[in-house]
Amino acid sequence: MQKKFSSDRFDPLSTVRDALSRRHFIKGVIAAGTVAGAAGLVTGCSDSSDSSGGAAGSVERLITVNVNGKARPVDVMPNETLAHTLRNKLGLTGTKIGCDRGSCGACTVMIDGVTNNSCSVLTHTLRGANVITVEGVGGANGELHPIQQAMIEELAPQCGFCTPGQVVSGVSLLQRNPNPTREEVRYALAGNLCRCGAYNNYVDAIVKAAGSA
Amino acid sequence: MKDMMPNFNLVQPSDVESAANILAEAGENGWAMAGGQDSLDWFKDRIKRPTTVVDLSGIEALTGIREMADGGVEIGAMTTLTDVENNAVIKEKFGLLASAEARVASPQIRNKGTLGGNISQDARCWYYRSGIDCYRAGGTTCYADTPEGMNREHCLFGASRCVAVSPSDTAIALTSLDASMVIQNSSGETVVAAADYFIGPAIDIENMTILKPGDILTAIRIPATWAGADFYFEKIADRNTWDFALVNIATAMKMNGNIIEDIRITCGAVECVPKRLNVVEDIVRGSERNEDTANLGAGAAARGAVPLNYNHFKIPLMENLVRKALRG
Repeated sequence: MQKKFSSDRFDPLSTVRDALSRRHFIKGVIAAGTVAGAAGLVTGCSDSSDSSGGAAGSVERLITVNVNGKARPVDVMPNETLAHTLRNKLGLTGTKIGCDRGSCGACTVMIDGVTNNSCSVLTHTLRGANVITVEGVGGANGELHPIQQAMIEELAPQCGFCTPGQVVSGVSLLQRNPNPTREEVRYALAGNLCRCGAYNNYVDAIVKAAGSA
Repeated sequence: MKDMMPNFNLVQPSDVESAANILAEAGENGWAMAGGQDSLDWFKDRIKRPTTVVDLSGIEALTGIREMADGGVEIGAMTTLTDVENNAVIKEKFGLLASAEARVASPQIRNKGTLGGNISQDARCWYYRSGIDCYRAGGTTCYADTPEGMNREHCLFGASRCVAVSPSDTAIALTSLDASMVIQNSSGETVVAAADYFIGPAIDIENMTILKPGDILTAIRIPATWAGADFYFEKIADRNTWDFALVNIATAMKMNGNIIEDIRITCGAVECVPKRLNVVEDIVRGSERNEDTANLGAGAAARGAVPLNYNHFKIPLMENLVRKALRG
């Protein structure tokens, strides 16, 4: 458990790497591709440096985004969503892309303390903002957030695809309202679809965590 | 794979004047982006392909809620729906707007989506949204208004070739609150009433608002006229989150004892613009607020409706919402 969680905090820019795993290998490939400027092959889009990055008046591509308390320099295209930057360039694959249309909540992250669908935010609009993804809600040494622990105990995740979004929505709720009612939890999680239908388990978990968070 | 949008130049001005100038220069190829909750979907679907996208989120003057000397409020167009919903002055004086905000889309979208963007969003007709060359897209056919067309969500009133409806929940609240919109472009500032801001297909079939390329909606002003009135808001949709209204209603009522002294009722999702129910207002104004008045008003609510194949249900839905609003 401990090891698995810490691998989610893998930083492709770091020189210190722990045990090699398939996940690390894939992330390494993605990161290397980006650095080499061949992102088009991996992400399914052509390199845009000639057509837009250099165009007069458009944004500078190399920016720094503050993610999980770290300043992350990254090359971002003007038409790039935060979900894309997080997953394909920063190696933070905990954030999932479900519908890519703001209609499911799987990609939920916190931006300056409020939940946003990262598929529907351009990374360039986030200079100076603080982004917290599911990788950033736990303790510094990989301890689970009380909501994550409660979700395990309440058997909330089934397929698990919506779980990161549910966690972030829950954490954001407890930050602004440490003791929510069941109704308030339901309202706060209303933007997170769960195709397994484990809604009650998620609500149970957050109500349970509210006591200890 | 449609996960990447086609490329565009992203421009991030910090004041309204430069934004207006850039948009004026870009003309038809420019796109003013507010919260981006709808803009990015258009781009991802490759149906709108602007070459210059102007991100308005860096313009500080466009956010915030200011109380005005006359007791009304001015809301910056880029203020998020969540910030408007949680604002103490809005809650206290214009609770109707706060109730409407709370029913828009999902929490994540309300945290990013703006009031200006919500009222200016484009039609939700899925024939139009899927990129078909319908009237609204510059073509010569309406695919919804045909014997086979799926038109359960479409209009009851004011069809003129296009049968799309006004999708916004906040637009009907603002119409009932007699709000006006402040619009700025490279040649100056104009203020228009909500009734003139929203336009139907008979006036301009390709746009739902009077905003032209180069125009920026900068603020929404709500006068003190209806502050603290008796409000009623209800939205009926297939799901409580995300879905657009099948019918929604926003009512502001001034009571004198149990007599309805003055009233404004607006229904959404039944016409291309927020529909003021003037006939119902005239019937119930001056009457006691009771079951009889509610029934009289409800009976007149859908007068003149021309339903399509699959949206007859909207007529009793509208009548019942008016009945509930008048009962209180």
